[in-house]
Amino acid sequence: MTEKRKAIALISGGLDSLLAAKVIQEQGVHVEGINFFTGFCVEGHTHAIRKKDRARPKRNNALWVAEQLGIKLHLVDIVEEYKEVVFNPKHGYGANLNHCLDCKIFMVKKAHEWIRANGFDFIITGEVLGQRPMSQRKDTMPVVSRDSGANDLLLRPLCAKYQPITKPELEGWVDREKLYNFNGRSRKPQMALAREFGLTDYAQPAGGCCFLTDVQYSSKLADLWQARGEKQYEMDDIMLLKVGRHLRPRPNFKLIISREEGEGNFLQGYRKQFINLKTTSHAGPMALLDGQVDEADIQLAARIVARYSQGKQEQQVVVEVADLAGNIRELTVAPLPSEDVLEEWHL
Amino acid sequence: MSRVIVDARRLLCPMPVIRVQDRAKGLAPGAVIEAVCTDPGVLNDIPAWCRINGHKVLETRNENDEYIVVLEIGEE
Ligand code: SF4
Repeated sequence: MTEKRKAIALISGGLDSLLAAKVIQEQGVHVEGINFFTGFCVEGHTHAIRKKDRARPKRNNALWVAEQLGIKLHLVDIVEEYKEVVFNPKHGYGANLNHCLDCKIFMVKKAHEWIRANGFDFIITGEVLGQRPMSQRKDTMPVVSRDSGANDLLLRPLCAKYQPITKPELEGWVDREKLYNFNGRSRKPQMALAREFGLTDYAQPAGGCCFLTDVQYSSKLADLWQARGEKQYEMDDIMLLKVGRHLRPRPNFKLIISREEGEGNFLQGYRKQFINLKTTSHAGPMALLDGQVDEADIQLAARIVARYSQGKQEQQVVVEVADLAGNIRELTVAPLPSEDVLEEWHL
Repeated sequence: MSRVIVDARRLLCPMPVIRVQDRAKGLAPGAVIEAVCTDPGVLNDIPAWCRINGHKVLETRNENDEYIVVLEIGEE
């Protein structure tokens, strides 16, 4: 009996990677999944933070896909290593701060290292020709195979018919005839194939798999880098960019203001790392102040925070300010009129 | 059997699952992990991870804004 071949499938949690893994599984190959956590993944974070989102059923789509397929899923934390890809993408950024081509190369490279360390034979991705503007083009797909080092061990079952023949096909581990020729942005062929497999419930992420494809998120990240004078971020920064409204009234500081109770609670957890403000005379948001500030800046910050409280129409609102040493004082301020909260302050 | 505590407080999913997964490596079947978390998402994600990998959830509970999942490592 011939030995059962083993493939690792990059599982994002979306339909394409689910189908790609299923197609290969159907050919009798042993498939396991791998999911890379970059910190920017859309998975559940805002869900965990925002109270109003908590009511929705929540699941980790990658785990769910693995469960549907009945395969193991290896979750890999690549937060630290991934920074270099975000800071210096060799192939540049896309429409926002996304660097999908470099990202894909990096992930396939990690998967290639993984198969070598774990005795697997090849790698599967759910890429579809022409679906994504940057990483899934006719001219960039070979770049992913080459620069990742995976070369002909990278198989894309959903568009294999458009790709040069790979080792798994050549060796007969999989039958090329039973692979697909999906291309373009239409999702219809994938949906039809899903139906064929009897899959009805699957995630259809709109933009992409991560926050870096989000215009607002990218602009907040760009602002952070500019304010710090260097491209750097920590996990806490990535998290905080997902929460609250962000306003930069002065170049030297920005405010993160909660929009609802869940966000307020989340920001509370950062009280020791930031100067923080909270209205006490009226119900209102929790705010963190990020930057080096003087007394005039704190006054302005307090007036802005007061503007987002229930006392916004009042003459005076009391705002509690806690500094980094934990010293707390109260400021009585006039809420800033809404026309004075400039549009360009909003990040 | 001793209990391994995984402190995943303040981490958002999927980080708590990754912490549990990495801690589970090399533990013998029958070993027990108690994950202490603050993201309620773990109540779905850790059991899902257990089902995929053949581990058994012994208990989930909510105590003062902390979500605790106790699981037993299964046979390979
Ligand atoms: S959307 Fe994000 S995770 Fe997906 S390929 Fe692009 S940069 Fe990478």
